[in-house]
Amino acid sequence: MATLVIAEHDNAALGAATLNAVTAAAELGADVDVLVAGSGCAAVAEAAAKVAGVTRVRVADSAEYANGLAESLATLIVGLAGDYSHIVAAATTYGKNVLPRVAALLDVMQISDIAEVVSADTFVRPIYAGNALARVQSSDATKVITVRTTKFAAADDSSGSAAVESVDAAGDAGLASFVGQQLSESDRPDLASAKVVISGGRGMQNGDNFAMLDEVAAKLGAAVGASRAAVDAGFVPNDYQVGQTGKVIAPELYIAVGISGAIQHLAGMKDSKVIVAINKDEEAPIFQVADYGLVADLFEAVPELSKALDG
Amino acid sequence: MKVLVAVKRVLDPQVKARVKADGSGVDLANAKMSMNPFCENAVEEALRLKEAGVASEIVAVSIGPAKSEETIRTALAMGADRGIHVVTDEAVEPLGVAKILAAVAGSEAPGLIITGKQAIDDDSNQTGQMLSALLGWSQATFASKLAIDGDSATVTREVDGGLESITVKLPAVVSADLRLNEPRYASLPNIMKAKKKPVDKTDPASLGVDVSPRLAVLEVSEPEARAAGVIVGSVAELVEKLKNEAQVI
Repeated sequence: MATLVIAEHDNAALGAATLNAVTAAAELGADVDVLVAGSGCAAVAEAAAKVAGVTRVRVADSAEYANGLAESLATLIVGLAGDYSHIVAAATTYGKNVLPRVAALLDVMQISDIAEVVSADTFVRPIYAGNALARVQSSDATKVITVRTTKFAAADDSSGSAAVESVDAAGDAGLASFVGQQLSESDRPDLASAKVVISGGRGMQNGDNFAMLDEVAAKLGAAVGASRAAVDAGFVPNDYQVGQTGKVIAPELYIAVGISGAIQHLAGMKDSKVIVAINKDEEAPIFQVADYGLVADLFEAVPELSKALDG
Repeated sequence: MKVLVAVKRVLDPQVKARVKADGSGVDLANAKMSMNPFCENAVEEALRLKEAGVASEIVAVSIGPAKSEETIRTALAMGADRGIHVVTDEAVEPLGVAKILAAVAGSEAPGLIITGKQAIDDDSNQTGQMLSALLGWSQATFASKLAIDGDSATVTREVDGGLESITVKLPAVVSADLRLNEPRYASLPNIMKAKKKPVDKTDPASLGVDVSPRLAVLEVSEPEARAAGVIVGSVAELVEKLKNEAQVI
């Protein structure tokens, strides 16, 4: 039987994380269908049809799917589940919100945040903030899976030619309604997929000082992130958070500034290719995972770094 | 309105997990255990609802071995009114936990259930969503703000792009994110008082729930360690190495 990937989108564009989920789905060895559930989401369906490895795009275009509310979405997915052995989504806040609901309605145990497909029923997933890896085998009829996007390459998004067909909407569950959203606006690349990330921690002292990181980020084409401590302190919004329960990222270069390196933070960035730590405390645990450590006052080192990048 | 809060006993967040030599799991023998941090946020939010006159009673539920009672006592010391301990020595998966909590909700009839968004041991992030599905209720996950208004709740959710606000009908399941509140510490007098608060004991079979695992854990291993790095002496040296050695800028 085939695999169904739940596309993430904003009704206008296909979310990048869906491409990673398609790659994981393709590793299961069966045909890959993509479900685009939204409202006025034809452009997303067209984009999904161009993703390499996708056989068929199924589109549920109806008002109740406009904002991805889990209750109505889960009902729709469960209605389609009979055609599939696997239901897959990226382990983003979107996927993490809806897929456990689907799993419970199907009476199956979800396999969260897989890092590797061993076979069609066996997967590797990180536990304990990535300090251990569990190889788990599912005995459930339908495998409901979320995918750690940093562990699977993005599928090509231009060479596919999947068929697009519509499916009937399954109705509004009538349990929840969307009020509004405050999304962070930034000229910087997306934190989840940026090749270079510079993050600040408690050592930044306040939100205004993040301007120093913005300056370096602009020169490196980097995204700006933060530790939980910096987010909790209100220096920057929640969507900056890198860590066990924030975003898990694996850029080519990760620069940690004024971040001590708690287990929970390391869980979100230790798969980065190159890690740089700038911290005045030479005992800080962040230095244990850093390829290059600089023991220095960040208020001197960061402006100096910015200047050095001009040269 | 009665509020049910689910609390889990986990390896203390400050302790680094060690994998057992035989690859059967993580070594928890003699390790410091604590209430899952997100569950602390869940308890705190329930307490604030009670202090605001919205909640009338707070019931803390935990599932696990005898020692899980300590986690319930912590919730009681923070201010919860009574506890329910579903005793089992088996490792219960989120689906089983959700079924147990649904059974408890069936007899307790709460107007709201608050869970942590994720347990920091298995990192599954499933229980709240599964519970609301089994009950046929609405869900508001990753909550950073909760406001009850009559028979509905407006919840601000932390999503990847920023914040989202939804209104859900009550009863509902809310899963707590870290910014929902700052959990209080239990005072010594309250810790003493908590010892006298009632904790009912039951078990999965009595609740009619089969908690047989669906996922077999074949092996637990340590991730590959990163090779040791170097300490550089200056910003100039750092930039030179990033350009020429690592070739990432």
